Amino acid sequence: MKKSYLLAIAVIAVAIVIIISTAGDASTYVNFDEAYQLASTGSSTQVHVVGQLPKDAAGHPIGIEKSEDNLSFSFILVDDKNKEQKVFYNEPMPPDFTRSEKVVVIGSYQNDTFLAKKILLKCPSKYQEQKLNAGV
Amino acid sequence: MHYTIGNLGHLSVITAFVTSLLSSFAYWKATSLKDVEQKNSWLLNGRFAFYMHAMAVVGIVASLFIIIYQHYFEYHYAYSHSSLHLPGQYMLSCFWEGQEGSFLLWMFWHVVIGLFLIKTQKMWEAPTMVVFTLVQAFLASMILGIVIPGIELKLGSSPFILLRDALSDPIFQLQPDFVPKDGNGLNALLQNYWMVIHPPTLFLGFALALPPFAFCMAGLWQKKYTEWIKPALPWTLLGGGILGLGILMGGYWAYETLNFGGYWNWDPVENAVYVPWLILVASIHTMITYKNSGAALKVSIILVIAVFVLLLYSTFLTRSGILGDASVHSFTDLGLSGQLLVYLLFFTLVAILLSIVRWKEIPSTEKEVSTYSREFWIFLGATTLCMMGFQVLLPTSIPVYNKIITLFGGSSNLAPPANQIEFYSKFQLWFGVAVAFISGTGQFFWWKKIDKEKLKSELLTPVLITFLVFALIIAIAKIYSIPYLILTLAGIYLIISNVKVMLSLLKINPRLSGGAIAHIGVGLMLIGVLFSAGYSKVVSLNNTGMLISKDLPTDFNRDNLLLFINEPRSMAGYDIEYKGERIEPRHKSGYVNKNDIELTLDPFKVIAKKDIIFNGEKLFQAKDTFEIYPENTFYEIELRKEGKLAASLFPRVQINPAMGGFLASPDIKRKLSRDLYTHVSLPMNREEEPEWSAIEERKVKENENFYISAKYEASLESIQRITEIEGVQLSAQDVAVQAKVKVQGEHEAYYAEPIFLIKDKSQVGRLPSEINDLGVKITLLNIHPETNEFLLGITTRQKDWVVIKALEKPLINVLWIGTLILMIGFSIAMVRRFRDYASE
Repeated sequence: MKKSYLLAIAVIAVAIVIIISTAGDASTYVNFDEAYQLASTGSSTQVHVVGQLPKDAAGHPIGIEKSEDNLSFSFILVDDKNKEQKVFYNEPMPPDFTRSEKVVVIGSYQNDTFLAKKILLKCPSKYQEQKLNAGV
Repeated sequence: MHYTIGNLGHLSVITAFVTSLLSSFAYWKATSLKDVEQKNSWLLNGRFAFYMHAMAVVGIVASLFIIIYQHYFEYHYAYSHSSLHLPGQYMLSCFWEGQEGSFLLWMFWHVVIGLFLIKTQKMWEAPTMVVFTLVQAFLASMILGIVIPGIELKLGSSPFILLRDALSDPIFQLQPDFVPKDGNGLNALLQNYWMVIHPPTLFLGFALALPPFAFCMAGLWQKKYTEWIKPALPWTLLGGGILGLGILMGGYWAYETLNFGGYWNWDPVENAVYVPWLILVASIHTMITYKNSGAALKVSIILVIAVFVLLLYSTFLTRSGILGDASVHSFTDLGLSGQLLVYLLFFTLVAILLSIVRWKEIPSTEKEVSTYSREFWIFLGATTLCMMGFQVLLPTSIPVYNKIITLFGGSSNLAPPANQIEFYSKFQLWFGVAVAFISGTGQFFWWKKIDKEKLKSELLTPVLITFLVFALIIAIAKIYSIPYLILTLAGIYLIISNVKVMLSLLKINPRLSGGAIAHIGVGLMLIGVLFSAGYSKVVSLNNTGMLISKDLPTDFNRDNLLLFINEPRSMAGYDIEYKGERIEPRHKSGYVNKNDIELTLDPFKVIAKKDIIFNGEKLFQAKDTFEIYPENTFYEIELRKEGKLAASLFPRVQINPAMGGFLASPDIKRKLSRDLYTHVSLPMNREEEPEWSAIEERKVKENENFYISAKYEASLESIQRITEIEGVQLSAQDVAVQAKVKVQGEHEAYYAEPIFLIKDKSQVGRLPSEINDLGVKITLLNIHPETNEFLLGITTRQKDWVVIKALEKPLINVLWIGTLILMIGFSIAMVRRFRDYASE
């Protein structure tokens, strides 16, 4: 067989491996119930859950508990099916956490707590503001 | 209101758009007409139109710059990207903070390169300039900012739009001529010297991908299938060097300024330029193969087209807002996504169609390549680079797949891999290994034909030296992970074999050594990346073994360290101590203790309470007023080894509304073999009222010693009547007494000066005094003249604290040195190819 064919076969094989592994490693956006089901089947895959912080009448988020030494914290997140879930994060609370409109948590369930490995915050962007806010 | 300058700018944009189209048409005529006289007159027309276009672009740049530099805040661009307090050198950064400015930058570089082509490429001028001017027309349309009447189609987003047209603030209805006194300012994160030079470098790299594409298109169009390689190659080399440099500058900026702990995060925006760069490097290799042996012409054509299309795709990804949730730093959508898509599809389709039409006519060699030929190895290397790019491109495009599926009525919940760094690294590592082995071996075929026996003898010495160095390194570095061992071996092999090639080339002709030198740089970079990323280690590890929550069975190592002010802890063999908050004066280098200054009404100005000395140098005298950067606070952290000061670190926290409120930047202690990288993970919230303990009363006499919190020795040094209190009107019969209480802290003595006041004979006032560093507040509660005793009220709070994270990055300097060597290699190779071309 010609070497160029061998090379072509090798390239296609590597490409297939890449495609399969990308499909396998790609995470998914799910809600808490689906994430719980995943974990209860023994899977430890990390998933994305998008949710909001529940707020009291004055607009302050409720259910945030900081550890005594400030090094970690937990909070309540409500997903789009309105399920409330306690989420634990082993990092200090980001300063802009309470201001965020939408929180994306990436992680998995451990028993009944969702353990976030990473959180992404969606804050009101300055680009959306229509008001002047300096030097008026 | 300064309307003229904005109108001039907008007029320039329209002129630039129109002239680029005119020039394109003229150059097209000059290319397609047969008659020499007509051809030449169209050529002159095209050239003239391009000169006009160049002037118009300079006009846009100048107008926008004047608007920013003169602080014309009636313009949206100046208002949202600049402010009165912005230091002059960062005015340039304002320019490209906005999307419109970065399009402008890209256009500007194209103009510079285009003028250069017109000057030097007589034979290729007309067809290549058709491509150039078409690209320019698309780019100019992005900042056109006009609405086509009738169909209400908005074309482009103009940088010259007035504030009142951009914002719907009610003030503009009351006062249409309202001009804000100050702008919103440049994102403080970008106020960094790297951000002044990184964007122009990166966009120069983008722009330099155009000449190879233009030559390739011209070659296909004019049926000069083989001739285009020669003029295109030096530009490709220059582009590879500059784009690589621009990418690495961005990485270096991230390492210095952001706090994710590294220089590369596999974020979609980073991937979007990494992929075209890999393909560009692959195209350099196949073009060189073609020049040497006549093989790989078709592959070169495909790759050169792919580079340009991928750059357009990356522009589309980062600016259309499609990445939205997936990336931290893509631009927001300016409503240009449709236009960007047209731009991308236009050139993709034209290039593909042209290639298909001409495909059969492109000469190709049918002979089988030998395993002992350089063509074989280069081809293998180029294939590996392409696969490397493909592996990154595939998952980066996940948001695009979701969009397409939704567009066809489906729904997709695909998300990018949860741990991007781990995901990409596990593939890229093996590609790195392959690249290293292939280019290490391939170099031996580079400059002479070689057979099996010859190869063995050539390889013997480098392989032996490689194993020797490898053994030495693993003995010292203690690598146990098998993939890392293999990558280390591959990296060393790449370096050693290319050093051998370089040495023999230096004897023959140093000008040919560019390739070998560039490969040595790549080898060093691989080793630097492996150690600095693979063996990056959290040194602020805080294994308390404590359960974090009853619900969670596992206990965690904590990566962060809580430091109370002036209380040392031990970390990574150092004693580490937090010394307090510092600020940075604007015109002097050094740090100033926040306790030593008094704030004024102007947030940018403060007054020194006492002489301010930093590192033995007196920065300011007591009562001096000086300027500061109010958004930045530095946290002084002292590292001591065996009682001796090893380093003072000043990690920064910046109040940055554009970035979600707060942004922490590291301070890096650089040593030859490793960097110690420290950043604040959580600062104390000063706006939160602290919890004070119940007041403890203490009756003391003058000069009597007592203890506060059983920790700090204190004494009432003196007590005296005062006649003036700031902010209080005192009349003749009022009595005010001030106590001076000395408290011995961990490192220095502090004074609290509480005031006891009887006003209008009956009203009693007490002004407490706080010692910030100790968290102690003292009030003079009462005076007992009969016993000469004074009643002090003492209350305490939790001391100031900060939470930090510290990482160790071994051998990161090897990465930076490798980068530098790679750039030197690129430059040598480029100079050689430009000379080659000029000499004909």
